[in-house]
Amino acid sequence: MTTDHTLAAEALTLGYGDRTVVTDLSLAVPAGQVTCIVGANACGKSTLLRAMARLLKPQSGQVVLDGRDVHRMNTREVARTLGLLPQSPIAPEGIAVGDLVARGRHPHQRLVARWSAADDAAVEEALRVTGTLDLVDRPVDELSGGQRQRAWIAMALAQQTDLLLLDEPTTFLDVAHQVEVLDLLTDLNRERGTTVVMVLHDLNLAARYSDHLVAVRQGRLHAAGDPDEVLTPDVVRDVFGLESQVVPDPVSGRPLVLPVGRHRVVAATA
Amino acid sequence: MSVTTAPVPTAPRPGAVALGRRRRTRRRRLVTGGLALLALVLLAVSLMLGQTFYSPGEVLRVLLGETVPGASFTVGELRLPRASLALLSGLALGLGGVTFQTMLRNPLASPDVIGISSGASAAAVICLVVLEVGQTATSVLAIAAALVTALAIYLLAWKDGVVGTRLILMGIGVAAMLDSVVSYVIVRAAQWDLQVAMRWLTGSLNNADWGRVLPLLVAIAVLGPLLASQSGNLELLQQGDDSAAALGVRVERTRLLCIVAGVGLVAFATAASGPIAFVAFLAGPIAARVVGPGGSLLLPAGLVGAVLVLAADLLGQYAFGTRYPVGVITGVLGAPYLVYLLVRTNRAGGSL
Repeated sequence: MTTDHTLAAEALTLGYGDRTVVTDLSLAVPAGQVTCIVGANACGKSTLLRAMARLLKPQSGQVVLDGRDVHRMNTREVARTLGLLPQSPIAPEGIAVGDLVARGRHPHQRLVARWSAADDAAVEEALRVTGTLDLVDRPVDELSGGQRQRAWIAMALAQQTDLLLLDEPTTFLDVAHQVEVLDLLTDLNRERGTTVVMVLHDLNLAARYSDHLVAVRQGRLHAAGDPDEVLTPDVVRDVFGLESQVVPDPVSGRPLVLPVGRHRVVAATA
Repeated sequence: MSVTTAPVPTAPRPGAVALGRRRRTRRRRLVTGGLALLALVLLAVSLMLGQTFYSPGEVLRVLLGETVPGASFTVGELRLPRASLALLSGLALGLGGVTFQTMLRNPLASPDVIGISSGASAAAVICLVVLEVGQTATSVLAIAAALVTALAIYLLAWKDGVVGTRLILMGIGVAAMLDSVVSYVIVRAAQWDLQVAMRWLTGSLNNADWGRVLPLLVAIAVLGPLLASQSGNLELLQQGDDSAAALGVRVERTRLLCIVAGVGLVAFATAASGPIAFVAFLAGPIAARVVGPGGSLLLPAGLVGAVLVLAADLLGQYAFGTRYPVGVITGVLGAPYLVYLLVRTNRAGGSL
């Protein structure tokens, strides 16, 4: 399975009303890889993701999907190529996992012949991959945080898009569930070639799970590239205003950021 | 567009997942059918009951156009318009109510709570008592007033987009203002205007005639299909704007169409039979309980609305010594539910 879709931001300036959040930001998403966007709170990373998913119209610049401006493309057409899982989607009260996942098929449906065997197959596959087959008849609001997040990811998978954008998919999850969700997304990327772009809060998980790391500082692109090159004490200081040491992660070999605060520092490390 | 498909099982077999989905769909259809049947039964009963009882056979013959001595006038001219008006008003109010409740993800967002019906009432009362214009002009102005009220609430609640809660609070405030206008005008009304004006306080099916039924029927015939075409998009809006848009819903367009259709339905129903209290508010949540989650609530809520109005009118006419207007009965049913909902929302913050 190959991915030949391209997604890029070109000189994007984004904002809400008079407030500019992202300024003149250009970014090419490498196809078939996992890209993580990191940055301090309110640096504009979620806004950037929303604009790339066509949910926010840029004040200037454009988002180009397969060579075309996404804001000039048909909504459904975009939704068949590019999926987005927002930070806190709302599950309709009492909805069963199976019905929620089935909603991911919406962009594939026509007015006539609404539901097909292919739709059933896609839903079942999405449930299987995310390990939610056993939960299919359970109401989403009764699930644990980790299960619920997997159900939402299953919905995005049922959409069968080659590009998947996720806004902090690990928020509110404990560490085991965070790793579980990120492993699942890595499986998707490796087995299906899905291009994954996500905003992550945890620098170390971002470094471990991304092929391409993008650091955003005050609405501007600060650094982008291989996590080994991007994640240095200088970048952490610039982006987060935090002193740190960066050592190789003994588990993954990727950079591991150790923050240096004012207390609990053993030696004269800082 | 090359959509890479997951490795599809070689033979498309209905697995457990598909079966579960089908079971839920079938259940929803069955319950919706049951509601439709119940509405029809109540409609039939409304045609049979009255000072004189007519058998189903006699009623059927009148409906088929035969002349039946006595029955033709009573059933055809008196009871049929009234029962039709009950059915259609309930349908329109239920549809309009559930549209707003789904769209704003809040059961309090029903048009009768957020002042849209009050707008129609206030205009109608002013027309009748102050301007003293005829019935048609009153209806037209009532509909226009409902639309203007909806627009005003929308604009007042606008601040970088419309948030459900702000719109609801704004609407409740506007409703209170408009209701006081209605009370003020009625207090000053002459004795002979009172009877008619009172209809605009709670809603009533008295004086039902085809002149009231037809415009409502046309409104439902036009706006109903429009709403039905948006039903899938409307459901997805429940997940939040971003999630819906990511699934290919044109959020602003869907919202605009739903507002226009929902306000239109409520406005026409209010113009025809007054603001029948709490029907728009109750129909959606009742339908959600009965039909279960996961599907569109439009048709079920419309049918629940029709059942509510038909049943409340029967109760109001025959259950007590005095004849009560339909709105009094639905009001008595609806008010405790509103209290319950406010208490529950305070605790949990649930939606439909």
